[in-house]
Amino acid sequence: MELPEVETLLRELAQQIRPRLTPDSVLVGMHTGGVWVAEKLREQLGVKTPLGTLDISFYRDDFGRRGLHPEVKPSRIPFEVEGRHIILVDDVLKTGRSIRAAMNDLFDFGRPASIQLAVLVDRGERELPISAQFVGVHLNVDGHQDICLNRTESGQLSLSLDDAKGRL
Amino acid sequence: MRNNPQLNKNGELQHLLTIDGLPASTLRHILDTAESFLGVAEREVKKVPLLRGKAIFNLFFEPSTRTRTTFEIAAKRLSADVINLNVGTSSQSKGETLLDTVDNLAAMQADMFVVRHSQSGAAHLIARHVAPHIHVVNAGDGRHAHPTQALLDMFTIRHYKKDLTRLRVAIVGDMLHSRVARSQIHALTTLGVPEVRVIAPKTLIPSCAERMGVQIYHDMAKGLKDVDVIIMLRLQSERMRGALLPSSQEYFKYYGLTSEKLALARPDAIVMHPGPMNRGVEIESSVADGVQSVILSQVTFGIAVRMAVMSILMGNEAGETA
Repeated sequence: MELPEVETLLRELAQQIRPRLTPDSVLVGMHTGGVWVAEKLREQLGVKTPLGTLDISFYRDDFGRRGLHPEVKPSRIPFEVEGRHIILVDDVLKTGRSIRAAMNDLFDFGRPASIQLAVLVDRGERELPISAQFVGVHLNVDGHQDICLNRTESGQLSLSLDDAKGRL
Repeated sequence: MRNNPQLNKNGELQHLLTIDGLPASTLRHILDTAESFLGVAEREVKKVPLLRGKAIFNLFFEPSTRTRTTFEIAAKRLSADVINLNVGTSSQSKGETLLDTVDNLAAMQADMFVVRHSQSGAAHLIARHVAPHIHVVNAGDGRHAHPTQALLDMFTIRHYKKDLTRLRVAIVGDMLHSRVARSQIHALTTLGVPEVRVIAPKTLIPSCAERMGVQIYHDMAKGLKDVDVIIMLRLQSERMRGALLPSSQEYFKYYGLTSEKLALARPDAIVMHPGPMNRGVEIESSVADGVQSVILSQVTFGIAVRMAVMSILMGNEAGETA
């Protein structure tokens, strides 16, 4: 299956977000792929506020079955969440469980005015009532495969299809 | 892999009983995880839901304020339910055995025991006894080990000094009675600290000290020369039987950390103490409160380190220990 170029998807996403951007909009990327996407979007959209990053390991709903993720990264929210319009960014949206965890995580920093969701790829297969406002592309993929976002040392992003590891 | 009651069949930590025998990768994993928990304290809601619905019993057969409190805060920041038991004052005084106490609490659906006991090996005994889904953390057993204290000390050293493999570390004081010192030495050598010194009078150094890979000094002025980290130990008067020391004034004169002695170490040396401090016995107030002291940071870091230990243990699959 031919996967789209990430650069094209980023341009598409930025185009959708731009008219909805307010002066106090902030971007929050979800580790790890979501942070890469959010960095690129912030550049293209010219958002001044530094990027927030979330690691949802402490909020996952499968801790009892899988334990703690081996590489938890610190969540950094370098701005007041209270009253903010937040655009949450992830690479691939599937079940929606990560997004639920991310929203719970964000609320522990304060009460945002709104949260919107931007994803590079929406592959459907939702298990929770969650939808993205901004979508780079909708893709239908075999359930046994993961769509992965990869980054080269020079910062180039690309998508690949791998055999699923069963993560949410 | 050698027989280690702390690890499950996959080589993951099931219990934390001692630093001795744990690989450097396991220690680093705990320290790295603690790093991410540090930020939790800075949020509007100082809590994450990771251990929601888990019951953690703080089982303290020996009094302790700081250790018990930091374990309690750590568990609460992970959203676990914490039950504090000062067993010295209840069941044991009514004649119940240690394992009977543990069985009763296990019947109340405990998921983890945090154990402090005056007898070396108490936590091991409990870990061997409990059902496989229950985890045990040693919060200090006799003279044997105090692994979470050693881990928080390593976290503190790494925080201030970054690279552990170029450091000279001096541990000063009553090593004979110190489970903290034993655990620190294992942790320091495992993490590749090239030079660990112990500075103490002959009567307060155990016979096994040299085999642990440390250099022994009886003269504090020589021992502190050019060190990067000074760890002061508490003079454990309550554990001393017989005449090991002439008096605490005399001890302070030779082994107390004063600003004059601190000046012998490297100018950027940090001063640590596991607490509770005896001011004027092992450490001068001006040093304890001085710019090189990181004693209160140790306490703060202790919470993050204990959160890491609890969540790593609870997340590892139950099973036969190796």
